[in-house]
Amino acid sequence: MSTEEIRAALAEIVNEVAGIPADSVQLDKSFSDDLDVDSLSMVEVVVEAEEKFGVTIPDDEVKNLKTVGDAVAYIERNRAA
Amino acid sequence: MSATLRTETGAAHAAILGVGAYRPRRVVPNAEIIDAIDSSDEWIQQRSGIKTRRFASDDETVVSMSVSASQDALAAAGIDARQIDCVIVATVSHLLQTPSAATMIAHQLGTEQAAAFDISAACAGFCHGIALANDMVRGGSAGYALVIGVERLSDITDPTDRGTAFIFADGAGAVVVGPSETPGIGPVVWGSDGEHYDHIRTPDWRDVLASGEPTMPCLSMKGNEVFRWASYGMAKVAQQALDSAGITADQLDCFVPHQANNRITDAMARSLRLPPSVRIARDIIDAGNTSAASVPMALQRMIEDGDAKSGDVALLIAFGAGLAYAAQVVVVP
Repeated sequence: MSTEEIRAALAEIVNEVAGIPADSVQLDKSFSDDLDVDSLSMVEVVVEAEEKFGVTIPDDEVKNLKTVGDAVAYIERNRAA
Repeated sequence: MSATLRTETGAAHAAILGVGAYRPRRVVPNAEIIDAIDSSDEWIQQRSGIKTRRFASDDETVVSMSVSASQDALAAAGIDARQIDCVIVATVSHLLQTPSAATMIAHQLGTEQAAAFDISAACAGFCHGIALANDMVRGGSAGYALVIGVERLSDITDPTDRGTAFIFADGAGAVVVGPSETPGIGPVVWGSDGEHYDHIRTPDWRDVLASGEPTMPCLSMKGNEVFRWASYGMAKVAQQALDSAGITADQLDCFVPHQANNRITDAMARSLRLPPSVRIARDIIDAGNTSAASVPMALQRMIEDGDAKSGDVALLIAFGAGLAYAAQVVVVP
């Protein structure tokens, strides 16, 4: 998957969980400040992303995923090849 | 010389025969909570679904609330207190460590010196109690058992803790478990995950005293971690309870999860793919999270509101500190 494909798939998850338009889920956007994804919704996004991308995102790591770009980069680094 | 012991056998099946609840008089809206945690009514509702909760007054003790809820359960079951052979109390807020709350409750109810003890399984305690009572009635160690979930969490909640102050509340619920001609309580699916022992806990009393400024040992909770475990891990347990009882989601009438947080309930219902016909307990909206008391209180509410009718099939699941969990399918009395 390309970076853009991962971003688009993640945007779909954010849309499903938090009802945020997928188009606004861009790499430079902060989950909490720009997209208004609260901490519980973030947990849901993370769990759905784990399933979708086949990665593990531990609780301790979630707080480092501040922007959509952070999450996409983490998924790219940790995805099974 | 070898001798063979005589053993006892119980009823072929057990069921919940009556449900009762006690809701403390004082209603506490979010407006009363928000200043101490620099929050808002909207923030609390969005994160938990809670609009109001009830806090017990001085005379609404763990024992008195339990007695009241139990009397209602006994009346609903048409059972006299003297027929009760065992009283099981699930609670984390009976602050007298010993003796148990159960012996005093059994006495005040007028049982004939029924066996009585408290169990420590936190928010999961009530469903643990149902499992025990089911096995007692079927095993022959009790004809009828009373299972009570009761909390005064306001005693052990820090009103300035943003993670818990708006969640926890007070109340009591009780059920009578007794013999039945048909199966009324399905197999329990239960377990624990002690690796996360500190996700929800109170401090050790010795540490509180050593701190030099003794305060009540208030509950603390790692909210996001618990949310993840409860929302996703517990949906699997709930599914196992359905499977163990041979019930499909289509056959289910009511879903009565521990009223931890409306968003956990939503996430579990989604994961379980419950059809829209299943009525879901939402007592948390005006009862808050009453830990061990929440499942029987929510069940009583559904019966009172007509959302749970006699003969309905209900899935109960409770989970919390330990981490501990238990779930079973029951038939509504």
